[in-house]
Amino acid sequence: MPYIPHDGLETAAMLAAVGVERLDQLFDEIPPTLLVHDMVLPEGLSEMALHRELEGRAMSNAPLRCFAGGGAYAHHIPAIVWEIAGRGEFYSAYTPYQPEASQGTLQVVYEYQSFITRLTGLEVSNASLYDGASGLAEACLMALRIQGGDKSILVPENLLPGWRRVLDSVLGLQNIRLVSVPYDRATGTLILPAEAGDAAALIIPQSSALGLLEPVDALTDWAHGHDLLAIAVVNPLALALLKAPGDWGTQGADIAVGEGQPLGIPLTGGGPYFGFLACRKAHVRQLPGRLVAKTVDGQGREGFCLTLQAREQHIRRGKATSNICTNQGLMVTAATIHMATLGGRGLQQTAVLCHERAALLRELLTAVPGVSLPYGGPFFHEFVLRLPQAAVAVRDALLGHGLLAGLPLADWGMGEAGDLLVCTTELLEEADLLAYRDALTSVLETL
Amino acid sequence: MSKIPETLRYSDTHEWVEDLGGGRYRVGITDHAQELLGDLVYVEVPEVGKAIRGGEVCGVLESVKAAADLYAPVNGTVLERNDGLGDNPQWLNEDPYGQGWMMVVEADAAACAGLLDAVAYGKLAES
Amino acid sequence: MSASIFDHDHHFPGVELPSDIPAELLRKTPLNLPNPAELEVLRHYTRLSQQNFSIDTQFYPLGSCTMKYNPRIAHTMASLPGFARLHPDTPAPAMQGLLQVLWELQEWLAAATGMAAVSLTPAAGAQGELAGVAMIRAYHAARGDHGRRKMLIPTAAHGTNPASAQMAGFAVVEIPNLADGDLDMAFLDQHLGPDVAGIMLTNPSTLGVFERRIADIAARVHGAGGLLYYDGANLNAILGRVQPGQMGFDVMHLNLHKTFATPHGGGGPGAGAVAVQERLRPFLPLPTVGREGGGALRWVTEQELPRSIGRFSAHGGNIGVLLRAHAYLRRLGRVGVSRVSAYAALNANYLLKELQRVGYQAAFPERRASHEFILSVSDLQKATGIRALDVAKRLLDFGIHAPTIYFPQLVPECLLIEPTETESKATLDRFVAVMAQIRQEALEQPELLREAPHHLPVGRLDEALAARRLDVAAAQ
Repeated sequence: MPYIPHDGLETAAMLAAVGVERLDQLFDEIPPTLLVHDMVLPEGLSEMALHRELEGRAMSNAPLRCFAGGGAYAHHIPAIVWEIAGRGEFYSAYTPYQPEASQGTLQVVYEYQSFITRLTGLEVSNASLYDGASGLAEACLMALRIQGGDKSILVPENLLPGWRRVLDSVLGLQNIRLVSVPYDRATGTLILPAEAGDAAALIIPQSSALGLLEPVDALTDWAHGHDLLAIAVVNPLALALLKAPGDWGTQGADIAVGEGQPLGIPLTGGGPYFGFLACRKAHVRQLPGRLVAKTVDGQGREGFCLTLQAREQHIRRGKATSNICTNQGLMVTAATIHMATLGGRGLQQTAVLCHERAALLRELLTAVPGVSLPYGGPFFHEFVLRLPQAAVAVRDALLGHGLLAGLPLADWGMGEAGDLLVCTTELLEEADLLAYRDALTSVLETL
Repeated sequence: MSKIPETLRYSDTHEWVEDLGGGRYRVGITDHAQELLGDLVYVEVPEVGKAIRGGEVCGVLESVKAAADLYAPVNGTVLERNDGLGDNPQWLNEDPYGQGWMMVVEADAAACAGLLDAVAYGKLAES
Repeated sequence: MSASIFDHDHHFPGVELPSDIPAELLRKTPLNLPNPAELEVLRHYTRLSQQNFSIDTQFYPLGSCTMKYNPRIAHTMASLPGFARLHPDTPAPAMQGLLQVLWELQEWLAAATGMAAVSLTPAAGAQGELAGVAMIRAYHAARGDHGRRKMLIPTAAHGTNPASAQMAGFAVVEIPNLADGDLDMAFLDQHLGPDVAGIMLTNPSTLGVFERRIADIAARVHGAGGLLYYDGANLNAILGRVQPGQMGFDVMHLNLHKTFATPHGGGGPGAGAVAVQERLRPFLPLPTVGREGGGALRWVTEQELPRSIGRFSAHGGNIGVLLRAHAYLRRLGRVGVSRVSAYAALNANYLLKELQRVGYQAAFPERRASHEFILSVSDLQKATGIRALDVAKRLLDFGIHAPTIYFPQLVPECLLIEPTETESKATLDRFVAVMAQIRQEALEQPELLREAPHHLPVGRLDEALAARRLDVAAAQ
């Protein structure tokens, strides 16, 4: 019996101790009409057969050189990251409710919180949320609680559309209005909104869904000038290079949130990833999710425990700051080990490499006949290319060359039919970039 | 056994009220309430000038393991509040009737009419 | 406490930042993260891991959390490069292998729960709950029935239930349980009406017993126009034996990280797939996986399901967790699945009887235990002042994780114990022996419990100091 250790003698002895003869009798309080007699499930497999079946499935997903980004990025993950994160002591532990038996996980989270505060330039980071998009929804709810009485959020039109949909779903349940902030169709960057209305906060993506860097200082100052909170949406790896949200404008952003996947998390078709969320200490009581603090035991030894739990659902129930319970602990463990392994210097080197490779690719591809750049502004590691043919068709044709060439903006209902969002990371070497150029040239000639 | 001073009046939501004369009343939570909550780590008391209504929520109490609403024991307006509690929520545990006072409220003379005396509150606390 | 990662730092020259990005957009302050050597990182986090209790190293009878063995094969399968390297925006024709796995999992979970359709996307139980109650809201709204603002929830429910209902815009009405553990039907009848959207239940309930009148409850709630939500936290108790669909539930979530053996990871990631009856299918959260006539698989989007409640994460959910749940289900198969609840119930009922034998008091002694049960140590508290917390902390000294304590709150000084089906009789017998010894200690040397744990890296921590001082990040 897979994963059930009982032999016949043990089962018999246990049934006797309980005072029944058969396993079925353990369910004698359940009305017989409710019992099922058959379920349409497949037969079980041995571990060997299972391995073979799933390996076949895994291999039927085409291996592609990845030039797609849009919120999920292909990066190198040092071998030790999952070697340690996969240790049973991290992998198979529960949420650290018994701190004396969970100091490992708790200290990891404390170190994670420390790393995130330094990347974002803010004072407090929680222990993670489900992903960047749901983290942004939580950040908006947090801003509404802090501001009190306000009923809307200013959402840029160049926020990733997948994230906008999550805001629609989550905030819509509480009848919170999302007011769109348009971007300049010529430059691709945000236009300062005309008015703040009854908004609690302005969302500022750095960079945007078009890969462009926004004038974050002016946007942050505008938000504060209209008594709004500034919510920064950032890529944690890019923060090794870019100005920390805590330094944006004259006062700094109030909340920073983002997708943690670039920090050592495999792509795995879309998850599990993790969302990070950092804020000013003044707003800590409105923070959703777990928080770890350092303290001492009865003998004065330092240790770590969960804190401010009264904000959370298991105590505050219907009045909690969020319903979040389980979050993304193992992803945070991996991200912490990833950041420690690369170190501050390694993170910066990786970020610089991503940028340089992207700059080189942009140069190579815009030299292909008919290809142009709709937006010329500064970028981190993603940019929009305007192709002379439909980007969807070009993307599909390039699959045959072993390339996932990017994301057609048309899939998101943005830009023009020829627009393709292309991303480059440190994984792609110069030879890969040249191969992309050659494949694109040939596809454009034959399509 | 928790302390229930005879000179005070009590609400059934575990606040105490001290009549300071001249329509002014000092308010806090009882020794019994702080024992139930455990180590307090955060208190939110209404701001000076705010109108409060008896029986309605006017603030928040948080301990390590519990969260509770603070109910206004009387109708009135907040005249003063104990700002020191912000940094020292443990005063509510250490000295609930003294250093842990929460606010002074202006209310009419009949404000205490519906409140319990020490004996009646003692019975409530025991149950 | 172990050394901090910040103690391992080596100083290297700074990295030159790109000149083609305007200076006002670049970091103003140096990135003050440590630069440890790889071996230092390896040792530091390996040592930290050794300060954790885990299923792989200890018995972990944490009630309501289903800490069963997380088969390693599932981890190996989810880590296959063909899955791990897959970008979420890969066109469907290039990710048929993954879609096949997800499609099968949808079908199997529907079969196991007796429901019509499944969406795998919610990232955790609480997000599944939110999606579930959002579907209830959307269902009533679609029928023009806008007055249903109340959600009925037992007082003993998991805290996420009222929190999720509140996030979906409902007002929560709490329903008490009777002394025998069943729901108070008179109270239910009083509160059912045209303003009730539905009821959220788990069965067996958080009291560790089966709600015997569930069919009656379903009839009354449906009769009043409400829907029934099933909190799948306790599904391990009935897997393969009773289907929530057959009990009359309209919508539910499954905790794949409990029932389907995916790891808890020190607090996630989980997965909270939702399953619904036919009439709620149009409202499922997206994306789901659909199949064309020819067998090709694709993501179902808003065009196809315009009344969907929408999306709760940027992509398809916690795919890596779904891959693990699929591998577990495929390994067990039909027969293996129906054994799960049988042996989970056997272990729980055996443990309950044995612990009663050594002097512990059951909260519901006249009831059959489900996959878990509640003890109350109120008798110890009265005799010696020893509390459930002290028993829990003393267990840690014996290398056993503490059960859930002080939940559900309506049983004083309670321990909620869930052994799961993957533990052997020998492990349970050792647990009983340790619990017997602890009971003896409580009566003879109560200070030994009050000061426990004695043998762990730290003793009981000052949680009040933690909250008041709020040191939540290393000082720079």
